[in-house]
Amino acid sequence: MEFLLQPLTLLTFFPLVGVLVILFMNSESKAAIRWVALVTSLITLGISLWVLTMFTASNPDLQLEAKYAWITVAGWNIYYYLAVDGLSILLVLLTAFLTPISLLSTWTAVEERVKDFMIFFLLLEVGMMGVFLAQDLFLFYIFWEFTLVPMYFLIGLWGGPRRVYAAVKFFLYTMAGSILMLIAILFLGIKTATFNIPDMLALLPGLYSAGTITVGTQMLLFIAFAAAFAIKVPMWPLHSWLPDAHVEAPTAGSVILAGVLLKMGTYGFLRFNMQLFPNATVTAAPYIALLATIGIIYGAAVSYAQQDVKKLVAYSSVSHLGFVMLGLFALNPEGVAGAILQMINHGLSTGALFLLIGMVYEQTHTREIKVYGGLWKIMPIFGTIMLIASLSSMGLPGLNGFVGEFTILLGAFGSKAIGNPWFAGISAIGVIMAAVYILYMFQKVFLGPAGEITHHHELKDLNWREIITVLPLLVFIFWIGLYPAPFFNLLAPAVEKLLSALPL
Amino acid sequence: MHLSETASSGFFFLAPWLVFAPLAGLLINAIFGRRFSERTVGTIASLASGAAFVVSVLLAYSVSLNHGEVMRWRLAEWIHIGALNLDWTFRIDSLSTTMMLVVSGVGTLIHIYAIGYMHEDVRFKHEEGRFNRFFIYLNLFIAAMMILVSGDSYMMLFVGWEGVGLCSFLLIGFWYEFDTLGRSSWANSNAAKKAFIVNRVGDFGFLIAGFLMFWYLGDSHSFQFDAVFEAARTAPKEIIIAITLFMLIGVAGKSAQIPLYIWLPDAMAGPTPVSALIHAATMVTAGVYLITRSAPLYSSVPEAQYIVAMVGAITALFAATIAVGQYDIKKVLAYSTISQLGFMVAAVGMGAYVAGMFHLMTHAFFKALLFLAAGSVILGLERGHHAHAHHAAHDEKPKAKKTKKEEHGHGGEDHGEVFDPGDMRNMGGLRKTMPVTFWLYIIGTLALAGIFPFAGFWSKDEILLDASLHYPVVYWLLTIAAFFTAFYMGRQIWMVFFGEARSDAAKHAEESPKVMTVPLMVLAVLSVAGGALNLPFEGFHNLGHWLGHTLGEVEGLPLNLQVAGISTALALIAILISWFIYGRNSLKAGQVDPLKKPLGFVFTGMENKWFVDEGYFALIINPFKKASAFLADVIDWRFWHDFVHETIILGAYNWISNIALNEYTDQKGIDAFANWLGSATQWISGIMRKIQNGFVRSYALSVLMGVVLILGYLIFK
Repeated sequence: MEFLLQPLTLLTFFPLVGVLVILFMNSESKAAIRWVALVTSLITLGISLWVLTMFTASNPDLQLEAKYAWITVAGWNIYYYLAVDGLSILLVLLTAFLTPISLLSTWTAVEERVKDFMIFFLLLEVGMMGVFLAQDLFLFYIFWEFTLVPMYFLIGLWGGPRRVYAAVKFFLYTMAGSILMLIAILFLGIKTATFNIPDMLALLPGLYSAGTITVGTQMLLFIAFAAAFAIKVPMWPLHSWLPDAHVEAPTAGSVILAGVLLKMGTYGFLRFNMQLFPNATVTAAPYIALLATIGIIYGAAVSYAQQDVKKLVAYSSVSHLGFVMLGLFALNPEGVAGAILQMINHGLSTGALFLLIGMVYEQTHTREIKVYGGLWKIMPIFGTIMLIASLSSMGLPGLNGFVGEFTILLGAFGSKAIGNPWFAGISAIGVIMAAVYILYMFQKVFLGPAGEITHHHELKDLNWREIITVLPLLVFIFWIGLYPAPFFNLLAPAVEKLLSALPL
Repeated sequence: MHLSETASSGFFFLAPWLVFAPLAGLLINAIFGRRFSERTVGTIASLASGAAFVVSVLLAYSVSLNHGEVMRWRLAEWIHIGALNLDWTFRIDSLSTTMMLVVSGVGTLIHIYAIGYMHEDVRFKHEEGRFNRFFIYLNLFIAAMMILVSGDSYMMLFVGWEGVGLCSFLLIGFWYEFDTLGRSSWANSNAAKKAFIVNRVGDFGFLIAGFLMFWYLGDSHSFQFDAVFEAARTAPKEIIIAITLFMLIGVAGKSAQIPLYIWLPDAMAGPTPVSALIHAATMVTAGVYLITRSAPLYSSVPEAQYIVAMVGAITALFAATIAVGQYDIKKVLAYSTISQLGFMVAAVGMGAYVAGMFHLMTHAFFKALLFLAAGSVILGLERGHHAHAHHAAHDEKPKAKKTKKEEHGHGGEDHGEVFDPGDMRNMGGLRKTMPVTFWLYIIGTLALAGIFPFAGFWSKDEILLDASLHYPVVYWLLTIAAFFTAFYMGRQIWMVFFGEARSDAAKHAEESPKVMTVPLMVLAVLSVAGGALNLPFEGFHNLGHWLGHTLGEVEGLPLNLQVAGISTALALIAILISWFIYGRNSLKAGQVDPLKKPLGFVFTGMENKWFVDEGYFALIINPFKKASAFLADVIDWRFWHDFVHETIILGAYNWISNIALNEYTDQKGIDAFANWLGSATQWISGIMRKIQNGFVRSYALSVLMGVVLILGYLIFK
């Protein structure tokens, strides 16, 4: 009982209660199933807020630990170990926050196999929470791989015409990266005789200085972890799975994919690469910054040429996540804190964009940009909300995106680890290009004369459920843009601690 | 909320209401506007803007009470992380209050005017429901502009800087489904997009300047004005030059200077009050304000100052030549604005900050007056056009009432051929039908042309005088630009108000209502008397003295009769020549511009804006589109997505797995597992039957085998 009542255990596994209930429900009672799933995710959100009240912002260490020895055979020490700190608290909250919103978006969009859908979705939430909370490498790996399964089915069963292809590609691509990470995890576990991360962090400096793990090996381990995470982010040039997955995924899947799953990659860099392999991190910083810069420019340029709205937003993620990577490997407080905040921002703005695209897709069943036009006139509320989400995505000051992008670029510009201001300077061109593709999309869909679709469909503006679905996102878009202090306060001490351990 | 500097009396605590008041108006209209009448919506918005004006007056009064001392009012924390400390802090000093007064003062007058203007505009476009939205945007603009001028750091300024850019986008694209003639088109939304993107290019320069000042000015790590200036005193010169020149890119974007001025003429797609408020009087002067605010930086690097002054002067002349060849009444004024902004930028570039700010203020008065009067002319023609057409239609048969569906996407397209109420070739003789507007326009023109004793005379002369003393090249460029200014304004006056009416609409044009003309009269008074702000006589340098509190006291220059004489003489000669060409024999309907023949290809260049837009398309926009399409289709999709991933990686994998798994491995034990996976996959694909067989199965198998092998190695090695 004590085990179950640990706040973080409860937070991670509470969605399973919903899964259990839904399992015993008649698959025909769709409305009831939806409500059970929604209420479950709302209670999970409540638990996450409860966790937030117990979280001490000024404490840079792991908190609210739930730690039990799990597998201890043959000198292996694997723990069931959940804890939260400033690096993960915002992502945990984001996960808990986006799940009910995504579920609300499926209210009328998902009509087939509602029961299976909800089960998979709640299972996905368990996996995502676990990824952000696990403090044991083995446990982390289990959660990491576990998230693949429900997402695979969500894309493969409820996706678009090429869903199977996209689902399989998503699965294999991510798996391929994870294998290298698994090997590295096993190597570390054997060398240190533990999988518990804090214990490992205490032992590793000794191993590094004694030469038991050489600098070269450290670099290889860094690369092995980076392979898994870089694919997830996705960093250029490993992004090829993303447009497929995004275009084919159902709306709720896209929201979670962009909002949370991609952040598992950037979070992985932050929590594992940077903490476990400090020397390799500093060595790699300029190279990662280079890849990030290419990704920013490349993603933005490719985005502009897209004909499908969802694909455009998908490629914009390559550009945005490039900013996050650039900030992380600036390895100074401005860059890293900005990057963590930008993970949240991207979840909010891109999440909102996907939600909104899904809402109009439900009515028109097309996402081709050129058939739209003049939509603002017919759907004024929709257009206004879309404008705010778009502006947030292109980093307009006063909205959330700017705070993240600005601190990232500022950090990268003065970063000692990156060593020159050119990457940040060139990446700032990405800010211009973001305006180019976002405004192109907004103009072609919402402005101008009425297009084919706008002309021939009896389009309805957003209803109350849809407004309520996106409204919470808008609140945070303004909040973080105007008064981000509470968010920075949550993560700053942990970021300082993380950076102080690096050999800069 | 607290005061960061003690010992102050006055109304500084009101500073946040500069922003909150227009925001309140915006929110009220956004939430309840649909239920309000037009008059209520307009009144609320005007009151909100007026409240900001009252606050500005009180703040200026408070500054003078404190003998010009700088006051700061910290509202809240913004971004605090690492070395970065940004707050929402308002800066109240003589420079910022001057800008506040101009913005909210002229802004409020334009709000009132817009009540009348938009009432008719939305009807001509059959979109009555959009009246409310206009005033929401207008209030948002005032709020953003106030943030721009009252922020105490470069980054808070930047918030306003991009905020006004957004408002500009929204208002240029206000009639987003039309072109300027109300035809269904992408033109207006293209203009809006262009403005935003070109401004973003400028913002890029601003951001880089910001990053440089944060990291490269010693250990100050600040964006706060005074901290930056303090740190800059000991910083290497090259850094300051880099900062000031990157900042100049931002200025060129916002204040429409070469090479980024190209968005402003297109911005005339916005309703005329927008052209007056945003694209003439206030927003476009933000760059001038930025340089003035950064005076300590610019003044320390003459090299950068020289470049700024030259950019301004060349822009002033270049744009003035284009204005000569334009036929649209607003386009002439748009190029005139670019030209006049060039005067201001040249002034602040030379270090003549007071002269630049002085011209900024007088220009705000007379250019707002001219634009609004031009709006009155356009509506007058529109009224005449509709009255006449209605009359004509009445004779044949009563027009059927249109349903909403029919007029969908078609604005003023009532009568077959499209009539352009902004084309000066359709005007003529309006001084008889629109006498009030005529006299107002004359006042604006004389002020702009720099005729004694109108406001523009004093401010322009101060700039020329300064240039004549230190920068002879700039002086001559500006003097020639002043000549062109008087000429194109003369041409406009003769074409619009004199001679014969060249269209039925001009014949039947009607004067505008009081709600439009009264604000114009206020602006006209300011255009006449605005020069009194800073007369070049001992004891009358009021503006110079007032701004001196912020910029440091500068000796006001006395009137130089030679400079004033040359410019006045040139202006009068220009007007005379314009009368000779356009006034003496007035244009006939359909007649080619009389300048076209003698000037030949030069005039063609002026007419076509020297083909700069075409150049941008050829050199930047089209290559970017092509590169982007190439990256997306060829590189990213066909090569990387299809060829590398599908053909090479997947193909190689299938080939290897066939050899490795099917031919050399015992399949019994693992077959059961594989089959189980296979059936699971089949279950998934039950709906679509297009399973890519053997794919997941064989892969998962090799994953499993790999893990087993590695584990075995690690454990038993």
